[in-house]
Parts: sequence; C-alpha cells; structure tokens
Amino acid sequence: MKLKPATGRRLANLAVSIWAAASALLGILILFWILYVVIHRGLGALNLSFFTQLPTPPGMGGGGLANAILGTLVLTAAATLMAVPLGLLAGVYLAEFSEDSKLGDYSRFSANVLMGIPSIIVGVFAYTMVVVPLGNFSGYAGALALAILMLPVVARTTEDMLRLVPNTLRESALALGAPRWKVTLAIVFRAAKSGLITGILLAVARVSGETAPLLFTALNSPYWFHSLGEPTPNLTVTIFNYAMSPYPDWQQKAWGASLLITLGVLITTVLARFLLREKKV
Amino acid sequence: MIKPAPQPGPENPAKPALRVVKASHQVSAAARGDKTFRWLSFFCSLVVPLVMLAIGLELFWTSWPAVRQFGWRFFFSAEWNPVLQEFGAASSIFGTLVSTLIAMFIAVPLSLAISLFLVELAPPKVSRVVGTLIELLAAVPSIIFGMWGLFVFAPFMAHYVQPLLGKTLGFLPLFQGPPMGIGMLTAGIILAFMVLPFISAITRDVFQLVPPVVKESAFGMGATTWEVTYKVTIPYGLVGIIGAAFLGLGRALGETMAATFVIGNAHRLSLSLFAPGNTIASTLANEFSEATEPLYVSSLVALGLVLYLITYLVQVVSQMMLRRMYRAWSVGL
Repeated sequence: MKLKPATGRRLANLAVSIWAAASALLGILILFWILYVVIHRGLGALNLSFFTQLPTPPGMGGGGLANAILGTLVLTAAATLMAVPLGLLAGVYLAEFSEDSKLGDYSRFSANVLMGIPSIIVGVFAYTMVVVPLGNFSGYAGALALAILMLPVVARTTEDMLRLVPNTLRESALALGAPRWKVTLAIVFRAAKSGLITGILLAVARVSGETAPLLFTALNSPYWFHSLGEPTPNLTVTIFNYAMSPYPDWQQKAWGASLLITLGVLITTVLARFLLREKKV
Repeated sequence: MIKPAPQPGPENPAKPALRVVKASHQVSAAARGDKTFRWLSFFCSLVVPLVMLAIGLELFWTSWPAVRQFGWRFFFSAEWNPVLQEFGAASSIFGTLVSTLIAMFIAVPLSLAISLFLVELAPPKVSRVVGTLIELLAAVPSIIFGMWGLFVFAPFMAHYVQPLLGKTLGFLPLFQGPPMGIGMLTAGIILAFMVLPFISAITRDVFQLVPPVVKESAFGMGATTWEVTYKVTIPYGLVGIIGAAFLGLGRALGETMAATFVIGNAHRLSLSLFAPGNTIASTLANEFSEATEPLYVSSLVALGLVLYLITYLVQVVSQMMLRRMYRAWSVGL
C-alpha cells in the first residue's frame, strides 16, 4: 500500500489511541457511577427494620422489605431447582453424546438463541401457560419464567466445561469397566466441578436481578410469603413499583432494595469468575 | 387334567441356565443404565428447542384474536386506546426501532474502540482489570440501570446534554422540544451502555483471534496500530464483528426495565428524540398486569409476538455469523 507522510499517520494513530482509551474509561466510569449512586442512596435505607419488617403504607415511615427479600430468595431457589438438573443433563447430552447428531446441533443453536430472547417475552409465555389456566398470579409462574431463563445458560456452560475435560480421563475410567453414566457423573463431573458451579452461579446471578419476567407472573405482594400458589413478594418488582410512586420514603426503600440486589448479583458474579480462574491455574 | 410340565422361562428358570442368566443380567443392567442415562440426557436437551417452539406457538395462539380483529391495521395504526378497544402497534414498534438504532450507533463504535484498547494498546495487567470491569457492567441488572437512568442520568441529560444539543443542532427536527431528560434519546444512550459489554466481549475475541502473522506482516511494513486495525483486523474479522453487533442488537430490542424507566411511556410517534415514546417491551411491562379485556391482553401478546419474531431472526443471524467465524478460525465453540 502507498503510505502517506509519517507525521499525519502518527497523529491519526495517536488520536485513535486516545479515543480507544477514552472509550474504555467511559465504560468503567459508567460502572462506578452506577455503583456510587446505588451505594450512596441505598445505604441510608438499610437498617434492622428493613430486613425484618413488612412494608408500611406510604408516608408512615418505618417498616421494611423482609417479605420481598424472602420472596426473591424463594423464587430464585425454586427456579434453580427446576432449571439446574435439567440444564446439567442437557449439557451432558450436548458434550458427551451428541457427536454428529443433528438434534444436538439444533439444541445447542436453540439454547444460544433462547439466551437472547427478551426476558419479558418469557414472562408473557409463563403468563399464558400458568397464570391464565390457574386464574391468578402466582409464584409458580414467576419461578417457571426464571427457570426458562436459567436453562440455556446452565446447559451451555455445562457443555463447555465438560468439553474441557480431557478424553483420556474418560477412556481410563471406561477401560476399568465403569459404565458410561458412572464415568460421566463420578469422573467427568468431578473433574469439571468448579466450572459447573461457575455456570450455575452465573445463571443464578442472571435471574436474581430479573424484573420483567416477574411483573405479570409472580406480581408482588405486601404480605408475608405463604405459598408459591399466590402472588409472591419480590425485591425487583418492589423496586419498580416504589420507584414509580411519588412517595419519598418508598423511593428511599427502592434504593435500599437496589443496593441489595446489585450487591447480591455482583458478588455472585465475581465469585463465579474467581472460581473459574482458580481452576485454570 | 394334565398339568403341563413347568417350562424353563423368565419366571421359572431351569437350573443349569441360572448362572448364565445371572451373568447376562449383570451386563445388561450396566447397558440398561447407560441407555437410560443417554435417553434421559437426550430428553433434557430436547427441552430447550421445545421451549423455544412452545413460546412461539403460545404467543401466536394467544395473539390470534387481535390479529383477526385488526389485521394489517395493527402494525400501521398508532392508535392505542384501551377504553375504545382500539389497538395499533405502530408507536411501540417505531419506538423499539428508534431507541435500538440510537443504542447501536453508540455501542458498536465504542465496543470496537474498547477492544482495540484492550487487545492492542493496554499492557496485559491493565487490560485484564479493565476487561473484567467492562464485563461486570453486563452483570448489573436492568432495573438498576433503570433506577440510575431515571433518578440520575435523565436529570443529567436535561441539565447539560439536551440544552447543548438543542443549541448546536436544534435546527434539526431530531433535537427540538423541551429538554425533559426522559425520552427516546436518553433511553437509547442507556441501552447503548447496557449492550456495550456484550458486543465488546465478542469483538475482543475477534481482535485476539486474528493470526499474529497477518498483523505482524502489516506492522513489518511500517503500518501504525490504527492502520493495522482498520486495514487488516477489521476486514479479517468482519463476520465476527457483524455477529457481535447483531447479538447486541437483539439485546437492545428486548431490553425492558431500563427503557420503561426512562422512555416516558407515551403512545405517540414523534420526530424529536427528546420526546417521550415507548417500546414494545415497555408497553408490555406497563400495561400487561392491568389488562383485563381479552382483546386488550391479546393485543399485548401480539406485540410480544412481533418482538419475539424480530429478536429470533436477529439471534439466528448473529449465531450463524459467529459460528461461521469460530469455525473458519477452527477454535471450536
């Protein structure tokens, strides 16, 4: 190629380098800006009654979001119970048995696509599948929506992690006469343990901050959690409702809930990444 | 009566055959265990495409009454009036496309710049820390972006950015109107920040996977980092970059909570980016739990179906592009 004079080219390079560094800085800046705002405004809302009491009507002050904290934990746990066994086994099929299988290809492809389908669509699906037939908003519908969001994440990370296990390990176990299922569950799973846990943690982190799929499935409730058959209180929908309300004490609580959710999700994510890094070393 | 002599069979095995039966029983237990395990995992992996299909069918089925009632008018009418039972998707579809377009205009160049910084410019230690922080941005829940957007970023836009844009570019209809903070532009910018880490995660891979030999030969000719990037790396990894952009596009189209917080939620078409609008996702988030009339619910689900079909197509394109890239560079995925 024909080169232009050196000074101009160097200047262009310098400009682009500065632009690139500035872009990276902007990304970090946004992250810290959000974290700062959430911590700064949220800390003031956190006190003992925030964790132990029921919400109060606007303007009364006091009260807390203990029911929503509990509800979010229950919903996430229920979704995890549904999605993790299914996702792990689906991942096993993709990694261990799907050689040259059209269905394996298609399943992997669908998992990738399903990960990108908007979570609110999954909420609409859970609404038509559970809320309409049962006739009321329920925690089951919310947990189902969250489980559908978790499933492809668990399946794909399981596949990736199992594929990292060297084949010689499988072959030695098979040569000793162990059946295939025992090889997978006792040898391959153990070798890929930290990777599998990472996948599950990432999936949990992803859904525990989700709001859209809960808006018209689990709905929300100002009472204690009773059963998954009723509208279930949860933190994220509470944030939405309280933030959109005109009452300062409710908005304050929304910031407190935001801080909890952000910390929970970020700590889980960092923990997952840390586990994976340890494995690589 | 003559009783038939007992025949050797499964429930009444003859003496000599016993050991053989027992041995083969052991082998077949292992084989059966394997077969069961294989089938079980097969069915579990079948669940994923089935769910995918079920979502589409269910949305189609539930939205049928609205589609039959309104026909093509549903897509072109901006009239959205639950009281008169008149529903048109035009303003929601318009808002979804405009906010996504703004997001992509900002996010794609930013992601490329960030990847350039991480792969070519920054020292490895800095690159690792910065890369991790950018990835953490992807973990911040949508509703937190919404809170920050509504209470912090929208006032920031209203006080500083929008007056400035109005003063300098105010002759364009795009930047006219009162600077309220909330609206299409703010929503688009926040969406850009949200999809940025998803796009840059892949463009970073793309930049890293270009064979060093190819880059080095350009460097050897005296090309600068920038020249290598836009004359070698970007053309070489174009398929991957397009795939990454589509992945981000899909996310931006369906992003719900952040858009709902800052877009203003008005069913109207407006040329000005300062004006409030809505997206398909924000309409669903705002109105779904309050919809009682069957036709209202059905119209909302029809909106959902439109979003589903668009994001499905976008995801398929993105996956095909990325697969082609990873396969061509034979690193497997």
